[in-house]
Amino acid sequence: MFKIIESQMVVPNMHLLVVEAPAVARQMNPGQFVILRSEEDGERIPLSVSDWDAKAGTVTVVFLNVGHSTSTLASLESGMNIPSVVGPLGNPTEIDKFGTVLCLGGCYGIGSLYPIARALKEKGNKIVTVIEARSSFLFYWEDRLREVSDQLFHITRDGTKGSRGHVSRLPEIIKAWGQSVDRMIINGCTFLLKRGSDVSRSMGIKTVVSLNPIMIDGTGMCGVCRVTVAEATKFACVDGPDFDGHEVDWAELLQRRKQYVAEESVSFRTSRCEEHARRP
Amino acid sequence: MPKQAPEVRRRNFDEVALGYLAETAVQEAKRCLGCKKPKCVLGCPVEIDIPGFIQSIAQRDFVAGVRILKEKNCLPAVCGRVCPQEEQCEEICVLVKKGGQIAIGRLERFLADWEAGQGEPEMPQISAPTGRKVAVIGGGPAGLTVAGDLIKLGHHVTIFEALHKMGGVLVYGIPEFRLPKAIVQREIDYLKKMGVELVTDFVVGKTRTVDSLLEEYHAIFVGSGAGLPWFMNIPGENLNGVYSANEYLTRMNLMKGFQFPQFPTPIKDHSRVAVIGGGNVAMDCARTALRLGAEARIIYRRSRQELPARLEEIENAEEEGVIFDFLTLPIRYMGDENGWVRKIECLRMKLGEPDASGRRRPVPIEGSEFILPMDAVICAIGNSPNPLIAATTPGLEVGKRGNIVADEETGRTSKERVWAGGDVVTGAATVIQAMGAGRKAARSIHEYLSGL
Ligand SMILES: Cc1cc2nc3c(=O)[nH]c(=O)nc-3n(C[C@H](O)[C@H](O)[C@H](O)COP(=O)(O)OP(=O)(O)OC[C@H]3O[C@@H](n4cnc5c(N)ncnc54)[C@H](O)[C@@H]3O)c2cc1C
Ligand SMILES: Cc1cc2nc3c(=O)[nH]c(=O)nc-3n(C[C@H](O)[C@H](O)[C@H](O)COP(=O)(O)OP(=O)(O)OC[C@H]3O[C@@H](n4cnc5c(N)ncnc54)[C@H](O)[C@@H]3O)c2cc1C
Ligand code: SF4
Ligand code: FES
Repeated sequence: MFKIIESQMVVPNMHLLVVEAPAVARQMNPGQFVILRSEEDGERIPLSVSDWDAKAGTVTVVFLNVGHSTSTLASLESGMNIPSVVGPLGNPTEIDKFGTVLCLGGCYGIGSLYPIARALKEKGNKIVTVIEARSSFLFYWEDRLREVSDQLFHITRDGTKGSRGHVSRLPEIIKAWGQSVDRMIINGCTFLLKRGSDVSRSMGIKTVVSLNPIMIDGTGMCGVCRVTVAEATKFACVDGPDFDGHEVDWAELLQRRKQYVAEESVSFRTSRCEEHARRP
Repeated sequence: MPKQAPEVRRRNFDEVALGYLAETAVQEAKRCLGCKKPKCVLGCPVEIDIPGFIQSIAQRDFVAGVRILKEKNCLPAVCGRVCPQEEQCEEICVLVKKGGQIAIGRLERFLADWEAGQGEPEMPQISAPTGRKVAVIGGGPAGLTVAGDLIKLGHHVTIFEALHKMGGVLVYGIPEFRLPKAIVQREIDYLKKMGVELVTDFVVGKTRTVDSLLEEYHAIFVGSGAGLPWFMNIPGENLNGVYSANEYLTRMNLMKGFQFPQFPTPIKDHSRVAVIGGGNVAMDCARTALRLGAEARIIYRRSRQELPARLEEIENAEEEGVIFDFLTLPIRYMGDENGWVRKIECLRMKLGEPDASGRRRPVPIEGSEFILPMDAVICAIGNSPNPLIAATTPGLEVGKRGNIVADEETGRTSKERVWAGGDVVTGAATVIQAMGAGRKAARSIHEYLSGL
């Protein structure tokens, strides 16, 4: 059993959970994920880690309430226990001295980007952080991100903060930054990863995306997480979750993620991530 | 042995084979000649005193029978159900040609089930604590055996299991209708009662490495199985509706998908399901799909004779209405506009010269391509060991297919204080072989610990 230390809604429909899992926290690195189960016989829910404290033995996740399992998770209160926290899973994000790194996050990726940006900053990189949301009220953790960034930019679809529109505004932001960008890291929903990679490809910037296909075990046993990267099949849970965004077969990934929509009740969806794909 | 009728069982997930009543068991046991040099024992990978326990049944001394069985086999209720007795002990019983071999497996199962019906199992003698600590990686039959043997000898044993349930393939792979999960749970509860520490949700190599565990434990046994699914690398394999057998069976068994939506992990309603492969795993997938209401077919590249699955399971599948396409090889999957598999393109094969395995090699018949409409495909062509532990353990010698190299007699690996056994060493094999390997490793670990 793993104890919930903190549970709160950070912005509408986006929840934060701090859970006690000392063995997991001790080994955690930026870019890795955990699998939680909120109840006995519950689904296994993969979630990127947004922070951890090895000393206190806790792990922090930020997640969007999109369906049955995440809504059960969201209903947990501090002091309650959950049956599973497995991890750290997947490979850590590559942390090195690259020069300037643009960290792009949306949705839950705003949270999971934070430890990555922090580690890259500690390595001596310049960090340009760009966060993206439908509207300004959906931003969270801006203070934390500001602390580890040389500059923080916002994009909102309704223009309530920063640039108005979509990630297609990135080139202007990079221009405003005024220096070259050596690497881009994107965390968030699949549409953001894809659209961000499309933009960076045209600018010739190496781009690392953290993929989130459907997973079950997270250890390479079931193969449901397979993605095509540079024409080869990879298991995202053990070969990833980070991949070169310019080599991912996005159409296949988007289709595979939709395998169970009919079965899942998607009644809570408010992020409307798909809109990235529809609108220019 | 009495079974549920095919037309009934093909629509439920209850156990197919119903087991012997005491009277039938005693009658069957009385046929045994109690050979002086019993052939059957030679066929048993763990050398159970077969005539011994059968005589006990004949004399209605079931308590003694259970004790004899458990001397060599700590999972009799499991083995009595899933062991391929027809190619082990029963195949060489002297009665094969004289009235038929003794139904050894069924008698084994009878005793184990009889014991379960008696309430609390008899607790074995547990030696005084030795102060030695052993970590067992993987809660499958190999790991469970090592744990059971070493705890009795007074060592402190902890099993680390990656999934949220102990049992390995016995819980996530083999379906309920062949091996009820309550039976596996009973064995695990028994270990727990004996004092084995059970840690689930712990991925060795990720949560902690083998080297880190070695700092805390005197010895380690790796029984992590062969859990990495193979695909064929043919076009269309990543379409929606194409599963590995592991995914399909895990959704069904471990996550209880057949009870969706009471249990939240979804499973699709498919109407035509093709299973690629011809082993036990393929039979299990096809029979599961059938029970979910689909038309299920096995696509196998050789002929019926070469099917590697147990004969009993092939017959069960046939009776239940699984369709078999022999001498057929899938070469491509085709999907619809939403990325769902809709058709399989196949080639007809014929049998050529025998290959290395002694079976006749299937060769394609040119121009024989044909198309089968299908809305799901389950790839059950094999598994190899997961590379996670090998990749994170320096000094551990690994073979060509990712299997850990270990001594056959002792289970010792190339790394000090590390033993291994079961599917992770042999590649996908059988429950009883994994158990046998666990037994030998436990003996060797005990010797080592006793010398400290
Ligand atoms: C490596 C990884 C990291 C992730 N990190 C985060 C995170 O930090 N925060 C966050 O909000 N979400 C994250 N996700 C996605 C999250 O796992 C899913 O949103 C969640 O499992 C949905 O469960 P549900 O039952 O509530 O929704 P459902 O109603 O079951 O599904 C809603 C949608 O979520 C996706 N989904 C469903 N089941 C899974 C599954 N087992 N694995 C992956 N996706 C699934 C599908 O696209 C589905 O259409 C991550 C996914 C992966 C693979
Ligand atoms: C569908 C199916 C049907 C079968 N039918 C039969 C049959 O009828 N008769 C028969 O004799 N055999 C059958 N087999 C084969 C038999 O189940 C296996 O040979 C046997 O289970 C192997 O035992 P094991 O202990 O070596 O490994 P497993 O049972 O595979 O157990 C290994 C365990 O280790 C865990 N693990 C893996 N990596 C790690 C890690 N890094 N850290 C922690 N834990 C880890 C796994 O999660 C798993 O629980 C079948 C197999 C399948 C898949
Ligand atoms: S070989 Fe057959 S008859 Fe002889 S002891 Fe074994 S089971 Fe009995
Ligand atoms: S989640 Fe099962 S193999 Fe990746």
